[in-house]
Amino acid sequence: MSQILPFSAGFWLLFFSAAALGGIVRFWLMNFLSRKLGMALPWGTLLVNCSGAMTLGLLAARVAEAEQAQLLWLVLGIGFLGAYTTVSSFSLQTLSLWQAGQWQRALLNVLLTVLLGLAAVTLGFYWGQA
Amino acid sequence: MIYLLVGLGSGLGASLRLLLSVFLHQPDALWPWATLLVNLLGSALIGFYATMVGTNGRWQASEPLKQFVLAGFCGGFTTFSVFSLEGLQLLLAGHGHLAVLYVLISLLAWLLAVWFGSRLAQPNQFS
Repeated sequence: MSQILPFSAGFWLLFFSAAALGGIVRFWLMNFLSRKLGMALPWGTLLVNCSGAMTLGLLAARVAEAEQAQLLWLVLGIGFLGAYTTVSSFSLQTLSLWQAGQWQRALLNVLLTVLLGLAAVTLGFYWGQA
Repeated sequence: MIYLLVGLGSGLGASLRLLLSVFLHQPDALWPWATLLVNLLGSALIGFYATMVGTNGRWQASEPLKQFVLAGFCGGFTTFSVFSLEGLQLLLAGHGHLAVLYVLISLLAWLLAVWFGSRLAQPNQFS
């Protein structure tokens, strides 16, 4: 990462735009899914995080082959997919479930997020290597 | 309008995350400090702000401003995908114990941080 420091203005423009787009897609998808699937569990956050983890795993496997893919990695991986996925919403939604007395759902949300998220990144990584 | 503000917040949050990861980058370090730190700070901030602007909260904020901070800044600043990849990379590098520890400590840190942030924002905190 340090080879391309200091980042140019053009780089920041690209990175910022990719991250902005990632956040907008996440916001839209989370609103859409909470209307479709209800609020019993934060399905939107779960789906966003799993799909983002899988795509980042895939990208990581592909970028490892191409040394010159630093820009692609930073903009698409760290920028777009980094901003598309989120920990803060997961934390807040888990806390809300807990504080509403629904500790079973809070626990289920934690387990599903971690297990499915790690499975997704692993799947993406091996898929990318295949 | 609200989408534009979410995008702006997300771009700002992610840029700050990249800057922190560059500053905290250590060549031979195994433990992903930067990701742990941004996810902890982002969780604390979302807990604090959501409680401040929520029902019975001490601050008033319009819906677009709320989402600029919550879905935008906090969402773009924190990252689940990079966290999960780092866990996998620790495992693949033969540090299975460290991978499990990283996942468990991260979870604990995020949830304690969001609880602490929310607690800090509650009206009767200091009475």
